[in-house]
Amino acid sequence: MLSTICAARKFSTSAVTNHIMKLTRLRVVDNSKIGKQAMAEGKPPRCIHIYNKKGIGTIGDKILVAIKGEKVKAIIVGCVKEQKANIPRFDSNNIVLIDDNGTPLGTRINVPIPIMLRTILKEKTFSKGADYTKLLAIASNYV
Amino acid sequence: MLLRSLKLHIIQCGFAPVVLQVSRTCSNMPLSDTHQSPDNAVSGKQVKSERKLVVPSNSRFIYPEFLPDPKMEWRNSLREKLERLDMIQRRKHIDIPEFYVGSILAVTSSNQHAPNKATRFVGICIQRLGCGLRANITLRNVIKHVGTEIKYQLYDPTIQKIEVLRLEKRLDDELLYLRDAPNEYSTFDENMEAEYLPEGTPVPVNTTLVKLKPRPWRARWERKNMKGLADLELEERFYKRAEELATPWEKYDLMKQYRRTIPEEEQKEIFAEVCSELHEVEVMRKKLKRKKVFVKPTRSS
Repeated sequence: MLSTICAARKFSTSAVTNHIMKLTRLRVVDNSKIGKQAMAEGKPPRCIHIYNKKGIGTIGDKILVAIKGEKVKAIIVGCVKEQKANIPRFDSNNIVLIDDNGTPLGTRINVPIPIMLRTILKEKTFSKGADYTKLLAIASNYV
Repeated sequence: MLLRSLKLHIIQCGFAPVVLQVSRTCSNMPLSDTHQSPDNAVSGKQVKSERKLVVPSNSRFIYPEFLPDPKMEWRNSLREKLERLDMIQRRKHIDIPEFYVGSILAVTSSNQHAPNKATRFVGICIQRLGCGLRANITLRNVIKHVGTEIKYQLYDPTIQKIEVLRLEKRLDDELLYLRDAPNEYSTFDENMEAEYLPEGTPVPVNTTLVKLKPRPWRARWERKNMKGLADLELEERFYKRAEELATPWEKYDLMKQYRRTIPEEEQKEIFAEVCSELHEVEVMRKKLKRKKVFVKPTRSS
């Protein structure tokens, strides 16, 4: 029955794009308490807003996630979607939780971080605004 | 006259696919070779002396990016020629070695974001795409239990060095199924040392069968007819559907094959055009390699 329906299908389907958008499940890669708990319980955080104009997050974008009933901001440090040349692509959508000042909630990041984040986060940091470069200091491995 | 033309014909038969100049004249005047002026005979004699320009028969596997895209709408002979010249110019500056999908490579490239302005990535080549200057490879490695992939353009000027750490082939032309395989299949040490093969040995084929993780996968591998996959352990209905959708007659479709590939005559023409320069580059590379290998002996007393 199912196969006959599939054979008669007249619409086309496109390939999976793996975008990070609203309601995407993500993976927390720092060792913050809330992040660790959420991942251990099998309830990974959901993206509920992306702070850019496209609504699709990439490496270095700030997002708002719903994690264990709380709203926490985070930075994307790696995505699954196809990237251009020389930009790494990962097998999971990795995020690092931060507070409003840009300070990470954890003290260690245990996965490789794209090296282009060094420039992206420095450009996003202004003298009296949030300081995102603290995230770079807790990374252990760059790709 | 008859005798001479016959002689000429024999010469051309013997060297036409092999020698640069003759194959060029052949392609330009394929019909006129029965009534040839002595002028061509002279060129035939010249060719006899420069016999060393032999096109290796496996060029299309070693340098696949020199063959243009077979899609008819995208062909442009002038652009292809210019691209080939640029590629040779680039190859004179950096060594782009022989490698295949399944080989383990290390690419060092300039990176403005890195503290020392260069990065090195080691991984297995899982895909080789594009032709001409757009040729690119995808390397995959698992770093700290996270699968990481980087695409590199082969002729990108920011690339400093391409090393082949282990030269081997796999059973398939694309290893995208490694994304759905457990991590150990694509984990490679970053400080791995290059393994040298003795010169003249055929490229070894790695026949490991990859056991995939349970579904869901990124593609329906049971339909892709992959040789390097172990038993997929699916329900019967998946194989049944794959059989329904299979197109086993396509390999007999000559027209499809013709449109999908570059004809052999054209390939010969292209490689005859670039082989002398590629050979020069190769010789230079070997010389440099020998220089590097040489270690000054120390006196022991």
